Amino acid sequence: MQHLIRFLIALLIVPLLITGVSAQTDPRSLIDAMAAGNLKARAAQIEALAAIGDAKTVPALQALSDGALYFRKSDKKVFIAQKSGKDFDLFDPLTAENIGTVPKGSVSKVRVNNSLRRLIRSVIGTLTLLSPDPQVRIAAAQTIFKTGDPDSLEALDRALVQEKAPDVRSAMELARASVILKSDSTDADKIAAIGLIQKGDGREAIPLLNEFAAQSDGPVSAAANKAIVEIEKTIALWDIGQTVWYGISLGSVLLLAAIGLAVTFGVMGVINMAHGEMVMLGAYTTYVVQEIIRNGYPGLFDYSLALALPLAFLVSGSCGFVMERTIIRFLYGRPLETLLATWGVSLILQQTIRTIFGSTNKEVGNPTWMSGAYELGGLTLTANRLWIVVFALFVFAALFVVLKKTGFGLQMRAVTQNRKMASSMGIRTPWVDALTFALGSGIAGIAGVALSQIANVSPNLGQNYIIDSFMVVVFGGVGNLWGTLIGALTLGVANKFLEPFAGAVLAKILILVFIILFIQKRPRGLFALKGRAVEA
Amino acid sequence: MTILKNTARSIGFAALVAGMMTTTLANAADTIKVGILHSLSGTMAISETTLKDAMLMLIEEQNKKGGLLGQQLEAVVVDPASDWPLFAEKARELLDVHKVAAVFGNWTSVSRKSVLPVFAELNGILFYPVQYEGEESQRNVFYTGAAPNQQAIPAVDYLLANEEVERWVLAGTDYVYPRTTNKILEAYLKSKGVADEDIMINYTPFGHSDWQTIVSDIKAFGSEGKKTAVVSTINGDANVPFYKELGNQGISATDIPVVAFSVGEEELAGLDTEPLVGHLAAWNYFQSVDTEENATFIETWKAFTGDENRVTNDPMEAHYIGFNMWVKAVEKAGTTDVDTVIDEIVGVAVPNLSGGYSAMMPNHHITKPVLIGEIQADGQFEIVERTNGLVAGDAWSDYLPDSAKLISDWRKPLSCGNFNVETSTCGGKGS
Repeated sequence: MQHLIRFLIALLIVPLLITGVSAQTDPRSLIDAMAAGNLKARAAQIEALAAIGDAKTVPALQALSDGALYFRKSDKKVFIAQKSGKDFDLFDPLTAENIGTVPKGSVSKVRVNNSLRRLIRSVIGTLTLLSPDPQVRIAAAQTIFKTGDPDSLEALDRALVQEKAPDVRSAMELARASVILKSDSTDADKIAAIGLIQKGDGREAIPLLNEFAAQSDGPVSAAANKAIVEIEKTIALWDIGQTVWYGISLGSVLLLAAIGLAVTFGVMGVINMAHGEMVMLGAYTTYVVQEIIRNGYPGLFDYSLALALPLAFLVSGSCGFVMERTIIRFLYGRPLETLLATWGVSLILQQTIRTIFGSTNKEVGNPTWMSGAYELGGLTLTANRLWIVVFALFVFAALFVVLKKTGFGLQMRAVTQNRKMASSMGIRTPWVDALTFALGSGIAGIAGVALSQIANVSPNLGQNYIIDSFMVVVFGGVGNLWGTLIGALTLGVANKFLEPFAGAVLAKILILVFIILFIQKRPRGLFALKGRAVEA
Repeated sequence: MTILKNTARSIGFAALVAGMMTTTLANAADTIKVGILHSLSGTMAISETTLKDAMLMLIEEQNKKGGLLGQQLEAVVVDPASDWPLFAEKARELLDVHKVAAVFGNWTSVSRKSVLPVFAELNGILFYPVQYEGEESQRNVFYTGAAPNQQAIPAVDYLLANEEVERWVLAGTDYVYPRTTNKILEAYLKSKGVADEDIMINYTPFGHSDWQTIVSDIKAFGSEGKKTAVVSTINGDANVPFYKELGNQGISATDIPVVAFSVGEEELAGLDTEPLVGHLAAWNYFQSVDTEENATFIETWKAFTGDENRVTNDPMEAHYIGFNMWVKAVEKAGTTDVDTVIDEIVGVAVPNLSGGYSAMMPNHHITKPVLIGEIQADGQFEIVERTNGLVAGDAWSDYLPDSAKLISDWRKPLSCGNFNVETSTCGGKGS
């Protein structure tokens, strides 16, 4: 009896299964199935879709990973959606044909999470090996390299036959080597593969080889272990280079923050506690410029920084000018009062910005040319840091030229070195003072444009940099531009070399202790200014 | 002598001021005062100003409903300016001068610690709305934010179960909340069999902006073949450059997910979230929670602030719950008398915004659901996991040997925040 029931149930189920399976080979119905089901069910849906092995399904999978796959609430059909204003443009997931525009409320997103994204990345790896875009092909090869899925060997070989681009080829060959290690090829093949992986780059190879060395024995394992040692040696070398680069990059940020202060504090001797707020004004100018561009001229976004630079110089510079004319000029020669007055100004500026823009962080975007990273051998140079290093050096050079090669610079130096003599030669010293202060503040403003790319744009932006700025100027030697440059870079590199051993907190403390001791020994900093100004 | 004279004069002046104060108080006796103790300037203004606005909104809404006990509520806003000792002074001012019935405030743990003696001495009520490190239970304080077992532990569980993470980076800002939370997490991970060399702990100063070395260390740590995740207790402003650096060095959420305990909608507002899609956060509330209560709350908030783009976040919900609990307890007690309200509020349950009820526990913590969300391109969170039912806040962690022995129960007859069950005495010390 029981048997009979089971048989009957089986009879009922089998046709269901068959129709289920036959319906599941059509990509469109598989894609539409994703309108239903929870995240756990979606993994099976993705695998079913990938099992067809059709490259036509890649855009839909990619869209799912990017969160651009939506379904229409009315008929549960799935589309690739693109935002246009408040509505969505719908595209067919297979043919990419434009279906039309629908309001936001009528579609709902097909949900996805990290583990599904990983799954998608691995399943489209094999499917995109023949993509027309070389970047996509490289990404596909790299995915296969990581997974080492033995089933992709055939696909790889097929792709290698027609691959022309050398960088894609090498990525594919690496991937192929990884696959061979995981397959049951001969020892000779495997040793050749290890050699190839060793020559290729990087850290990613180590876990692969480690795993392999543990599983195998004899000459293959020995070769793998040898390769690991070699790779680690190379990495250690690159790591030193990387640390130096991080140091230079941190140094360039310090330089930017301090260079305006090198003028106001270094050249003029004004202890300007509101220096950080000049930097902040520059950053907020960038924000305002970007807001205007975003709302009115989105096409110009990549030029937003170039537009913000002169404006930030003007805003911070004129703010500095007003400050000098209304407050600081009455306080020359009274450092304590200057310190308190400028500190008061800094608080006023902070609160003003907070009242106008609110206390929350403002979003300042990176233009496309400042996003991402460049790979240089084993070095990773992030684009925003790279450009900031270049920019810092440029600002330094420009300021240097102004001080040494222009009439205004000459007057400035004359006033600093001997005010009375300069005055009797017909230089209007009060105006030179005001313009020097404006120049220092303006430079702080353009530093703010650069710093807005890596830091928070909030009313507190300036406070984070004021201590560091003073540190650099005092360490480098008051009144000496070269001192500021060398000081900033030395502190940056020293900090970065200490960080791995001491941790970020202790590294900062050690640097401070070092500066205190250094100042004991050389009270005038790295490059002491000699001459009349010192004695005066 | 002149000093004496001056003192005498200032005492006279103080008496005069005090006299004026009492008269204004007498005039205002028909309102119930509610103190708001959030920084409106300084470093923490970025987070705390929002909470002040949220409280003003809640009070306004309550007044529209006819106030409390037939009286209107009146908000007393003070600005402790992100200055921890000033918090204690301002708390004293609220309780002593303004005679407020309850105080809603504080963000950082250090500011909370600084006001605790004031609330104990002057017998006030404080509602504390932010997730914190636990290891505390005070008679005068109600903790409406998450304790570690309502945020950190479920988040780690999620990563263990769903992302199969084997190596852990515990990165935090160098102060009491991250240090204690990481201590608890380290003990918890070890109890789950994670080896020492698979845990990397890293602390950075407040407002740290140069993340290059640390991010590349994390990258190296995660490239050894085991699935790696970062548990971030990085606070406030330092998050923006951290996430930017992650994005720039090409670490995506599919490679090394970051789960954060201090990053909410408000923090993401200052960030281009495109490269962060898929990174996680654990909270008890997200703006994207799909319930009717939440929709109303968001609508009221946007109308109150007059800004379509303002976001809501978890500590705001904590204030929402705390305020409603206090209102309900006062209604139940029929008075705003502090001792009565402290007794009555235990057991009070009010709706939270994620579609359920939160209740005040005897240890002065509340029950909440725990949600895990993934960052979306629009700066909102997509909820990917939600605990079954509510989690009750645990004042003393079960994973620290000394704290595991302690319980807290402010109901009579125990009335103790740190009762040691081994020695049966009140006054135990945590780890």
